Amino acid sequence: MKKKIIIIGGGVVGCAVARMLSRYEADILLLEGGEDVASGASKANSGIVHAGFDAKPGSIKALTNVEGARMYPELCREVDAPYVQCGAMVLAFSEEERKTLEKLYAQGEANGVEGQRIIERDEILEMEPNVNPEVVCALLEETSGLTSPYELTCALADHAAVNDVEFRMETLVERIIKQDNGFLLVTNKGEMEADIIVNCAGVHSAELHNQLSENKLNIIPRKGEYYLLDHQAEPFFARTMFQCPTKMGKGILVSPTAHGNTLLGPTAEDVEDATDVSTTAGSLAKVVEAARRTWPGLTLKTSITTFAGIRAHCVTDDFVVGAVEGVYGAYETVGIESPGLSAAPSIAKRLSQQIAQEQGLSLKAEWKPAPRREKPFYAMTLEERAAIVRDNPEYGALVCRCEQVTEAEIRAAIRRPVGARTIDGVKRRTRAGMGRCQGGFCSPRVLEILSEELNLAPTEITKCGGESKVLVGTVADALRKGDA
Amino acid sequence: MERQITCINCPVGCRLQVTVEDGVVTAVNGHGCKRGDTYARQECVAPARMVTAAIPVENRKIPVSVKTRTPIPKEKIFACMEKLSQLTVKAPVKMGQVLLTDVCGTGVDVIATKNVE
Amino acid sequence: MPDMLSEELRSQVQKVDILIVGAGPAGLAAAIAAKEAGVDNLLVLEREEHMGGILRQCIHNGFGLHRFKEELTGPEYAQRDIDRAIELGIEVRCGTTVLSIDENRFVTAVSKERGVQLFECGALILAMGCRERPRGALGTPGTRCAGIYSAGTAQKYVNLEGYMPGKRVVILGSGDIGLIMARRMTLQGAKVLACVEIMPYSGGLNRNIVQCLEDYDIPLLLSHTVVDIHGRERLSGVTIAKVDANKNPIPGTEQYIQCDTLLLSVGLLPENELTQMAHVEMSPQTSGAVVDDTFQTSVEGIFACGNVLHVHDLVDFVSAESMRAGKAAAQYVLGKSRAGRYAKVRDGSNVRGAVPQRLLIPETETESVQLMFRPANVFENAYIVIRDGDKEILRQKKRVVAPGEMCELTLKPELIAALSGADITVSVEQ
Repeated sequence: MKKKIIIIGGGVVGCAVARMLSRYEADILLLEGGEDVASGASKANSGIVHAGFDAKPGSIKALTNVEGARMYPELCREVDAPYVQCGAMVLAFSEEERKTLEKLYAQGEANGVEGQRIIERDEILEMEPNVNPEVVCALLEETSGLTSPYELTCALADHAAVNDVEFRMETLVERIIKQDNGFLLVTNKGEMEADIIVNCAGVHSAELHNQLSENKLNIIPRKGEYYLLDHQAEPFFARTMFQCPTKMGKGILVSPTAHGNTLLGPTAEDVEDATDVSTTAGSLAKVVEAARRTWPGLTLKTSITTFAGIRAHCVTDDFVVGAVEGVYGAYETVGIESPGLSAAPSIAKRLSQQIAQEQGLSLKAEWKPAPRREKPFYAMTLEERAAIVRDNPEYGALVCRCEQVTEAEIRAAIRRPVGARTIDGVKRRTRAGMGRCQGGFCSPRVLEILSEELNLAPTEITKCGGESKVLVGTVADALRKGDA
Repeated sequence: MERQITCINCPVGCRLQVTVEDGVVTAVNGHGCKRGDTYARQECVAPARMVTAAIPVENRKIPVSVKTRTPIPKEKIFACMEKLSQLTVKAPVKMGQVLLTDVCGTGVDVIATKNVE
Repeated sequence: MPDMLSEELRSQVQKVDILIVGAGPAGLAAAIAAKEAGVDNLLVLEREEHMGGILRQCIHNGFGLHRFKEELTGPEYAQRDIDRAIELGIEVRCGTTVLSIDENRFVTAVSKERGVQLFECGALILAMGCRERPRGALGTPGTRCAGIYSAGTAQKYVNLEGYMPGKRVVILGSGDIGLIMARRMTLQGAKVLACVEIMPYSGGLNRNIVQCLEDYDIPLLLSHTVVDIHGRERLSGVTIAKVDANKNPIPGTEQYIQCDTLLLSVGLLPENELTQMAHVEMSPQTSGAVVDDTFQTSVEGIFACGNVLHVHDLVDFVSAESMRAGKAAAQYVLGKSRAGRYAKVRDGSNVRGAVPQRLLIPETETESVQLMFRPANVFENAYIVIRDGDKEILRQKKRVVAPGEMCELTLKPELIAALSGADITVSVEQ
């Protein structure tokens, strides 16, 4: 009999773990509380693949960050996710801050980071003309990169799914009970049993850990708010621009995204409610103020949205990765805040190897490669476009004009192994609605396609699951009922 | 009695001063053109509005837009909408085609404002 | 044509005398005028499945008073141009999205039926219209739940698809589409609780405030804005607050309104992504191209008209402007060149976005030119003043001018002929 593994959480870590475990003979189920994978911290972060100079040498953070970052180029090729090695700079505005850079540099060397050097003002301004000319020096980090965290998570999920991992969304694990053999999981969708559990529950991971272990962990939800600017013909910055880090994290960065937008943020504010991703006027103002230190010429003229994400900050200040001590069959990843995205491939590799070894899982005879997707229409050459529309006319119907997303791509996103079920799900997989009009033009059409593909009434389609319905009824019904 | 109203005939939106005595308009001032005068006399005695709506068409995704051929008394607007909500039409529809006669006893017909094939 | 184009694609390039991007009111009027001026090889590309542009969803009345001397609904107005275009045999390809244009007027487009299409054009008329500013452009804080729509998106759901986006509605911004949607939602059985406007005056037309808000007792809260948005999945309410003269919320004036829908009517932006691909000079004031009095942009042979050039209030003026652009493009491809020198038109005090920005002072006779602009504020009993250098050449009294209503002023041929060539300034003075 195959062992039954339940992975709790469909963020980048949960999906990366699912993908790596899918190489082994096991019966694997992934439970996600949200309506889609990447619906927590994995959809709202900076998308930066950190080189690894930031983490304390010897920590799990440092180890998995540096190793994970090295795995990125190949992983993204394998699963077909965006990856750009753009490099980064940490800016110092005083001789005092230069000392911080030197510390970071030494830390990077100790962590085994490659391609770093300290550069002076003139070189900085030549490389990044929009940087504040008051800059003194910077730590240049050439191996730093960018991914699209939600696209990567979706791609990892797809790869796991074609290798028989089952995904259940909107399934929230409320309680884990250790039984004589294995575990009983109490969820909002009923009880489930498993031989092995893997806790990848992000901001909720400590809560689940504490149900199993006497050695309590504490996660402080830390909110980060961002501004996103539209992409430009000439990007404002070629590299990720950090300021010197503080106790609360890496500070406000100004960074290109994998798709050429510009991202400003995040703030770092400890909050009570781990699910509160609302933005606030005060924090958004802080983002702008701090970002202007890096980029005095910043205007919000091209701002297209603001958003917030919650990081799972663990008071121990390091990642917790491995077996839950004293609880046979339970594994966990707790406190995976930044650089968790960078570390995810390494965490998944190490954890899956540990589980396989300890639980005696054998490798499958065949591990299917990740499903191939067509190149996005916006990235195609004219020749490629002409050829693909000839094959599939649905590529000839542009649905999202801002990001040039076609009907064919939206249908494909819904039909993927872990397919889009909501307007936001389509957006994360295709970029439709991600542009300057923020779905003003395309969302009615996306809704219509979702309703066709999923065979649901338009009034059943949601923005992001649950009660987030877009339409409340037909016009005629509303009038007849008169129930305003 | 003096009343201040804004003319809704055109975008200029003239502010009109209307004198009403015993339910009869005796003077209109502030209008830039003749339509303002006509509007003020109507508005202060028997205000009327055009009603427009979109009506479902059987077996078609896109509804047909309609309007009352002329303005109807303001107090009949919601009754008119209620009537329209019960209406379904069959394609084809021609622009100008009467879809409902004498809506709510106003003597005004509801007509299509677009073609549906 | 790009050099790197494959032989196969090269052989598919179609030559068109005038290509028009968009079959809304601007594109159709331009096409009709160009055809009537004697250009036969015309093609209109429209990304939607139907002609008519935004008018298709504007089912309310109030269009056409200037142009047709009667009051029409949006679809009726559009149909007149559609009928005329068909009568003239103008080819319109619907469902066709233009992907790129360049300064040599090489155009690529795509549709389901015809796949990728390539064009070399004698002239190009840009008539892509505008889009609505989204919430993100305002940076309004709060959650990102369902139930927040731009007014035009809601209008599309209600009028073109027959669905209601919500039942208890707050409208942020008092642009015309917001006002029109306040009435539409009310007529369809929803409750519109307030229309909230950050400015001390409305951005919409007076008559819309009367017949869309006042008729239904919907409060218009001037100098107010939405400061917080609540709701996890679907909107549950908004917090509004009064703002000071600098548009900053005044602490202590917050007020919570329970609602399931927030409609945004906070401004329109010309949709000029294609325009910029051709490196056309843009105006920061209008967010449209810089044009001369024939609506030609800084790139020869590329013309722009309608809301893609500058956002209008009235379709009648869009049509009038676009007909002039269409006729001018026709004259350009027919080789009727104009000789003379250009004077710049600049925004003077209290004026924003004067169009055209360049004016030809011709050697031979000319036609009159319409100057269009928006006042920067509401003024009563003001004068519109035109100066040629320092010299006042025209002064016109206006009872009321407001930013929500574009001003138009006619410069007569004799006045243009007498211009010195110095910069012309337009200002509003009290």
